Amino acid sequence: MSHAVSTDIHAPSSGTNYLNNGYGLRSWLLTRDHKRIAILYLISVSVFFFIGGIMAMLIRLELLTPEGDLLQADTYNRVFSMHGISMVFFFLIPAIPAVLGNFLVPLMIGAKDLAFPRINLLSWYLYITGGAFTLWAMIHGGVDTGWTFYTPLSTQYAQGQVMMAALGVFIAGFSSILTGLNFVVTIHRMRAPGMTWFRMPLFIWSHYATSLIMLLGTPVIAVTILMVAAERALHLGLFDPRLGGDPVLFQHLFWFYSHPAVYIMVLPAMGVVSELIAAFSRKPVFGYKIVAVASIAIAVLGFLVWGHHMFVSGQSIYASTVFSLLSMLVAIPSAVKVFNWTATLYEGSVSWDTPMLYALGFIGLFTIGGLTGVMIATLGIDVHLHDTYFIVAHFHYVMVGGTIMAYLGGLHYWWPKITGRKYKPFWAKVSAMLVFVGFNLTFFPQFLLGYMGMPRRYWSYAPEFQVLNVLSTAGASILALGYLLPAIYLTWSMRYGEKAEDNPWGAVGLEWQTSSPPPTFNFHETPIVTHDAYDYQHQRPTIAAKGEASLG
Amino acid sequence: MVNPAPGQASAGVAGHDAHPALQHHFDTLEQQKESSSLGMWMFLVTEVLFFGGLFVTYVLYRLRFPGVFAEASHHLNVPMGALNTAVLICSSLTMALAIYAAQVNKKKAIVPWLIATILLGATFLVIKAFEYKEKFAHHLVPGPNFDLSLFTPDHARPAEMFFSLYFVMTGVHALHMIIGIGLLSWLVVQSRKGRFDSTYYNPLEMTGLYWHFVDIVWIFLFPLLYLLGYHAR
Repeated sequence: MSHAVSTDIHAPSSGTNYLNNGYGLRSWLLTRDHKRIAILYLISVSVFFFIGGIMAMLIRLELLTPEGDLLQADTYNRVFSMHGISMVFFFLIPAIPAVLGNFLVPLMIGAKDLAFPRINLLSWYLYITGGAFTLWAMIHGGVDTGWTFYTPLSTQYAQGQVMMAALGVFIAGFSSILTGLNFVVTIHRMRAPGMTWFRMPLFIWSHYATSLIMLLGTPVIAVTILMVAAERALHLGLFDPRLGGDPVLFQHLFWFYSHPAVYIMVLPAMGVVSELIAAFSRKPVFGYKIVAVASIAIAVLGFLVWGHHMFVSGQSIYASTVFSLLSMLVAIPSAVKVFNWTATLYEGSVSWDTPMLYALGFIGLFTIGGLTGVMIATLGIDVHLHDTYFIVAHFHYVMVGGTIMAYLGGLHYWWPKITGRKYKPFWAKVSAMLVFVGFNLTFFPQFLLGYMGMPRRYWSYAPEFQVLNVLSTAGASILALGYLLPAIYLTWSMRYGEKAEDNPWGAVGLEWQTSSPPPTFNFHETPIVTHDAYDYQHQRPTIAAKGEASLG
Repeated sequence: MVNPAPGQASAGVAGHDAHPALQHHFDTLEQQKESSSLGMWMFLVTEVLFFGGLFVTYVLYRLRFPGVFAEASHHLNVPMGALNTAVLICSSLTMALAIYAAQVNKKKAIVPWLIATILLGATFLVIKAFEYKEKFAHHLVPGPNFDLSLFTPDHARPAEMFFSLYFVMTGVHALHMIIGIGLLSWLVVQSRKGRFDSTYYNPLEMTGLYWHFVDIVWIFLFPLLYLLGYHAR
């Protein structure tokens, strides 16, 4: 147990942990401790989530009425572009890997740190540099290309700070590559004795799969952005139709990364959910091995489906047919996971703590997001639904309903480990319910709107769409409240929260065997692993009283 | 992070003498070496994909305009490109010899071989700069000053595309060379301090992998850009 912060300087070395091992700004900004870097990431991705959230609220407020009474076309274009860019590149992609993954990957496999601590710190600085460029672009007028930077709009016609925003995304991409590189090497080379591949927690498997995508996909978007920049700034026309270039090539290269990027967002989320479902059902994940392999399968298949973004871009119909078929294949490993999580609940000793609420929410919302994905992978339906609000609703169900639900669930689950403090379960459950209700109210009407033909990316719409848009905006305000609450009570708990035990949930897993918060080098002694992951039958958790129930 | 960790001290007691280069979070020097080696290979995989985007673009447009690409390639300076190829291959040899010197513990030979590598790399860049200057003089740089009259009318625009590819591909390659020279200079400083010997030469070997990779990229660029129309000259 750690002592009160003020007395810790006098405490014996066993009482020091990664948080009280140095207090100065320098000890944070030059740290090589993966746990401190995770905290740095936590703060910075929260800032971008806040910025992206404000943009989202502006969009929803404008769409309250059919007319352009808050924003006009040009401003609206810039607002939704900056919403997409900050959310996709600066929140969703780094959120789970760089915050929870950074903190937990070494802890879960029993390592002292990631393989390359300095590169880990470098990756945060790259993220911050990229973020700074993007913020600069935002302040100086933003961009109106959408987050996709399609050519020739981005290379020739777009006004605004395309170069700066693209440079920001380019730099942030290398931060992602370095994180992936670190995870792959750490997982290969630094597992504790006895931690065989098929004893690794599913969180580690899904981060391994994610890292592969980061390594293989991100360089391609980097070089693509470089080519756009060369064309815009230096007139080296690589996608310019006047020189015989092909704008559709840009789309191929862009989606070769940006489709797998969806799996960068959702695979770590699946890893989090596997941990939560097992911990709060007191059972091993049903079909552990197949769930582990499904992560790799999603990563591999994810690279073969990018063409489904281009069914109406003039791509050959034969290519479209093949891409359509391959896209449906992704549903198989995804469905395997959903079924196996559900099967894990069966005859489990299920409890309803906050993280579990988020996990169950994830399963429902991800299922809707995934199934509508199969719908729009179908050629005929996609031609009808392409560039409508149906698409917007679909990818928000996967990215917000999937990734952010899991991110919040994971944050609530590991919060006592990260900070050594507990939050108030009442407010946590209230906010989990608000998020679930608000989310569905925001995005379900958008499925209907899209099906009725409302196109995306316009600031105005036909009057008959107004009722559903009002519902959606109302949902967005509930959702915003649901996101604001954790920011308040989690911050509050860091100072005033009750001290957390080492294993407040009574969960198995190496991260729960060390103290809360963990010491700088994670374990006082390198652990030796003798059991499979989630072995709740044979490993009796040390704390009998479970989780939030102990708070009364 | 300056405080020595409790675990670090006990690791030394646990059996092996802690090598000065052993980092705190690794158990053995071998584990550290395997990790950096895997990390470097993974990084090179990302580099292959980075250049891969450019090569895909090249292949696509060359298939679309085979005659134009052959014609435009005649405007590149083959003797200079060939000389640069030779220079780079020699630099890979000197790089390998620097690593070999560390492996056989000839510590005094490391720095000269590294400096030879730096000089050869710099030679490559100087020759490249002369080539770029020649392209500027002949109005072969894409953009408003590109001289369309050098080509038949229907070939002129796609030829501009060829030169766009030429400048982006060789430019990105040259940038990698500059980064490589920076790494080599850092290695010279480290070697002077006597950091490397037969027990520890990870940074030398890793930089070597990077240098050879950059070399190999040029081995592909040279025929694809300079020689593709050479037989029809």
